[in-house]
Amino acid sequence: MNAFSHHFTFEFRTGIRNKQLLLMNYLFPLGFYLMMGFIMPGINPPFRAAIIPAMVVFSVLSATLLGIPDPLVNARENGIFRSYKINGVPSISILSMPAITTLLHLTIVAVLITVTAPVLFDAPLPVNWLNFVIIVIAIAIASAGTSVLIGVVSPNSRMTVLWSQIIFVPSMMLGGLMLPYSMLPAIAGKFAQLLPATQAMNAFNGLAMGKTADFLPWGSVVILLTGGFLAFGLAVYLFSWDNHNATRRGNPLLAWLVLVPYVIGIFLLS
Amino acid sequence: MNDSMIEAKDFRKTYGNYVAVDSINFDVKQGEIFGLLGPNGAGKTSTLECLEGLRQSNGGTLRVAGIDPAHDSRKLRNVIGVQLQSAGLPESITPVEAIRFFCAYHEVAPRLDLLERLGLREKQDTQFFELSAGQQRRLSLALAVAHNPKVLFLDEPTAGLDVASRAELHDLMQELKANRTTIILATHDMAEAEEMSDRVAILLKGTLVAVGTPLEITATGAGLTKVSVHTQNACLSAHDINLPAVSQHVTKDEYNIYFSSDIGSLLSAIITTIQAQGDTLIDLRVERPSLEDRFLEITNTGVSR
Repeated sequence: MNAFSHHFTFEFRTGIRNKQLLLMNYLFPLGFYLMMGFIMPGINPPFRAAIIPAMVVFSVLSATLLGIPDPLVNARENGIFRSYKINGVPSISILSMPAITTLLHLTIVAVLITVTAPVLFDAPLPVNWLNFVIIVIAIAIASAGTSVLIGVVSPNSRMTVLWSQIIFVPSMMLGGLMLPYSMLPAIAGKFAQLLPATQAMNAFNGLAMGKTADFLPWGSVVILLTGGFLAFGLAVYLFSWDNHNATRRGNPLLAWLVLVPYVIGIFLLS
Repeated sequence: MNDSMIEAKDFRKTYGNYVAVDSINFDVKQGEIFGLLGPNGAGKTSTLECLEGLRQSNGGTLRVAGIDPAHDSRKLRNVIGVQLQSAGLPESITPVEAIRFFCAYHEVAPRLDLLERLGLREKQDTQFFELSAGQQRRLSLALAVAHNPKVLFLDEPTAGLDVASRAELHDLMQELKANRTTIILATHDMAEAEEMSDRVAILLKGTLVAVGTPLEITATGAGLTKVSVHTQNACLSAHDINLPAVSQHVTKDEYNIYFSSDIGSLLSAIITTIQAQGDTLIDLRVERPSLEDRFLEITNTGVSR
């Protein structure tokens, strides 16, 4: 086994051993999925058609936004990155490995949801599986990249919670998971387009679930992928080995550049 | 032939206007154990971190095994081993995983034998946060030496270790030294520095105030040698006995304890007096000033004599 596979194996196991990560990767999304599956179709029957994409997006947001940033900040604060630097672990591995292993965890959860939802809740399956997989990968990359960036630029754990919730909570309310995008007021809809969840749900509707997209669905996929890779690139650029070391190459405010693809999307996709 | 493994020439480190290390010079030979001593804030950590490539110096030159630590960090990684003061490992990693993980990045075979050597075999599958402080430090040490570094940096290596672990660590240090590994030992434990180091350097407020062997450093101070004497009839306690070259005299537990800077004259007078009084010597101990005494003297006065 080479360094990559040792690192990958360790990080993957951490996602199960660490109680916080186990909660965010598996217990919280699957528990929420079951709760919503049993409750929401009775209250809002059209939700049944959106269970699979909505709960997959929820799982992605939970595992990434709530699971990735805090361990990164803690590792930096506790000198783990210094130890990594001394032993030759490159920064790109430090940042990519939690994202890659999280993608694997949420793939498992996405499969569980997709397989069980039709049986448990009579939820319709995707009509285009290839597009469904592409969109899952796109939202996972977008959300993981953003989460890594939050972990890199946040000065402490409290700030990771703040930044993560600033994305997570509006995603739940406006991202098309609970309410269709078309029901949002126009101004709220524009704001919602800044959220990866909105772009993902739009793409799912237009490309995978046989429904109508509210704006150009492939454009949403492009925005998610561009936003994800841009966020990861910014995270690598802004990475700092420890809290006291002035090795950061740029101002953390540069992280706001991650919104550029989404802002462009507001003007081009509508 | 220059066999220096570490060279610092006019090395300077500042943080804004604060000068942490002010143009110091020293070198460490291959296979040498070099103690780096100093009170908190003396500049030890800044010096170590610059040598380890974790920080950049603000002046002068540093070389570690011929490598500039600030500009060739990739080469440096495989040449140095570092036991950090804080272990710096993820809380869920196990000792076996940690060894495999770091050895893989150093591109060497995993040294799992070190777990046995350092008493971690039974804990090899225990997560890091479940290890005791001593076990965490031993694991950190194992990781520092697992890739056979040419230069090993030990920062407070015995803090939190029990007696047996400490002895094992010292054995390991001697073994590494025998294999020509250069060791930089930063410690507050003066006894350890005196016992283990070939040479020590004392840093004070960013300047190097003393460099030399522990014997050289203790010999150059104004410290007084302690002579403790116990005789059968306590003849030395008589009021009319006056010994030469005595700076201070106290009695404790049937011992007469003298402090002197001229122990030749003092010892000669003690023996002569005991014989003249027809007394019998039971115990006589001569204790030269320790490195700790000398260290305190230097750090209190701020100068080396």
